Amino acid sequence: MSPEPLIHDQGYRRYAGRRHAHGGAWMVIARNHIRATIRQRRILGLLVFSWMPFVVRAVQIYVASSFQQARFLAATPQTFREFLVQQSIFVFLVSMSLGGLIADDRRANALQLYLSKPLTRIEYIGGKLVVLLLFLLGITLIPALMLLLLQTMFSGSFAFVGANLFLLPAIVLFSLVQSLVSAFALLALSSLSGSRRFVAAMYAGIVFFTAALVQILRLMTGSRAWAWLSPRDVLDVVATAVFRGTAAPSIPVPVALLMIVVIIAASVAILERRVRAVEVIR
Amino acid sequence: MPSVVSLDRVSVRYGKQFALRDVTAVFPAGAVGLLGPNGAGKSTMLRALLGFVTPEQGDMRVLDLDVKRSPLPIRSRLGYMPESDAHVPGMNAVTFVAYCAELSGLPRQDAMQRAHEVLFYVGLGEARYRNLETYSTGMKQRIKLAQALVHDPDLLFLDEPTNGMDPRGRDEMIALIRDIAHNKGLNLILSSHLLPDVEQTCDHVVVLDKGRVAAQGPIPALKGQGAHVFELRVKGERHPFVAALEAAGIECASDGEEVMRVVVPENRDAQYLFQLAAQHRVQIRHLRPSLPTLEDVFARAVNEA
Repeated sequence: MSPEPLIHDQGYRRYAGRRHAHGGAWMVIARNHIRATIRQRRILGLLVFSWMPFVVRAVQIYVASSFQQARFLAATPQTFREFLVQQSIFVFLVSMSLGGLIADDRRANALQLYLSKPLTRIEYIGGKLVVLLLFLLGITLIPALMLLLLQTMFSGSFAFVGANLFLLPAIVLFSLVQSLVSAFALLALSSLSGSRRFVAAMYAGIVFFTAALVQILRLMTGSRAWAWLSPRDVLDVVATAVFRGTAAPSIPVPVALLMIVVIIAASVAILERRVRAVEVIR
Repeated sequence: MPSVVSLDRVSVRYGKQFALRDVTAVFPAGAVGLLGPNGAGKSTMLRALLGFVTPEQGDMRVLDLDVKRSPLPIRSRLGYMPESDAHVPGMNAVTFVAYCAELSGLPRQDAMQRAHEVLFYVGLGEARYRNLETYSTGMKQRIKLAQALVHDPDLLFLDEPTNGMDPRGRDEMIALIRDIAHNKGLNLILSSHLLPDVEQTCDHVVVLDKGRVAAQGPIPALKGQGAHVFELRVKGERHPFVAALEAAGIECASDGEEVMRVVVPENRDAQYLFQLAAQHRVQIRHLRPSLPTLEDVFARAVNEA
């Protein structure tokens, strides 16, 4: 019989310290992912680059406020709408780059580890959702609010804000809707695969395919009512509505809102089904 | 002896297939082996106790808490080492184990401190800053044990902990498990189809077969203390002789080879075997005393089931 193998260190001790109450695990998950994401230069570069439109708009507001000849550049409520709609390209890119949030865990069988700890599936998904929302709101809501602040600072009065009181809630509401739709859709796709590249491809495919499909149907039928099929067009309708745009919406606003609810509800249903410690194949 | 886990008429079904069928079992404090061939329902039982799968019927209690009503308090006192390779990607060992401790509710500083301690304990102290994706199979088994231990659970579920390990690594893992169970005061359930692993580490055993409990109890009692075990080879008509042995209450196990293992009750001895052999006109060509093993218990339980 072989000699008794050595145990490397007998230093295991019972833990007598304090433990946090249940319910805070989502913060641990979110903090860990935020740290890990920021450490990736590629994503950090993308986040920095996504603030370039903000810089351009800030210069525009400064020039318009400082020089009489450039008054035609002065910000209007539509400036903020256009800014947020333009940011959707960065929302798309940042979302794609975070496609591994759940997919990586599926690939490494980490779900069973997570769910063997004292945390619920809602906490797990919540932690991942917070990561996405933080980065997406960081490139939509925060710069838009800062633009509004700069507008007030450069003009030296609250006249613009006073004349457009709806602007602040409009910025908050649209940024939230835009980020929530992207975040839920991406998380749902991420839970469907173990490959972050496949998730990114699916996400891009859905965005581009639905937009192209709407264009084709529009050309074939001459009707704009097909816009409900494309999340991008749906968000455009919502943006026009919340920023009180004058352009006629391609679909009624309640239909657009309904589609947003449908996208989020479908995503939640997928997440509920796919985020499990054990995959039961019946 | 108080029980740490109990199941009362638990059935788990995947589609039409029952993975556990009307299982009633009690796991006392200490180290308990959950034995059974592949597909017997061992992993399903652990997953049901963790709340991963919902039983169709039955009640389960872990550490005196109801599994349905208190899943989170149970999981905060429980460590789970899954059978399959599992880790959180993109981390080194110490970050991973500390992260698992934080998920279990430990403050960040304590989590990091315990991560270092536990990694040294499981033998990964020198490799704790290496990325997990570069770990060998044996190291991955150890890291799974470390993440299950780091929050100092009262009960450990170890699902096939020596899978894929080389003999030396396996011996070290067995030694660790024995130390955890017998020196550190943790309760554990060791699920395995490897009988020597269970025999070396556990005091009690629950044998599962085809989703049912085939046997359970303290290992010495199940082995049948006082019974005599012999290796036996005969020449002549074997089948009537074996039937006679079984009719006389002598357990007889054979894996198709000539040598059989027979368990003779305490009140009889080898002489009785010779008498039976003479009655059935067979010659005993080989008779050697042996020690009862868990393999005997397992074979008996599975055959009876």
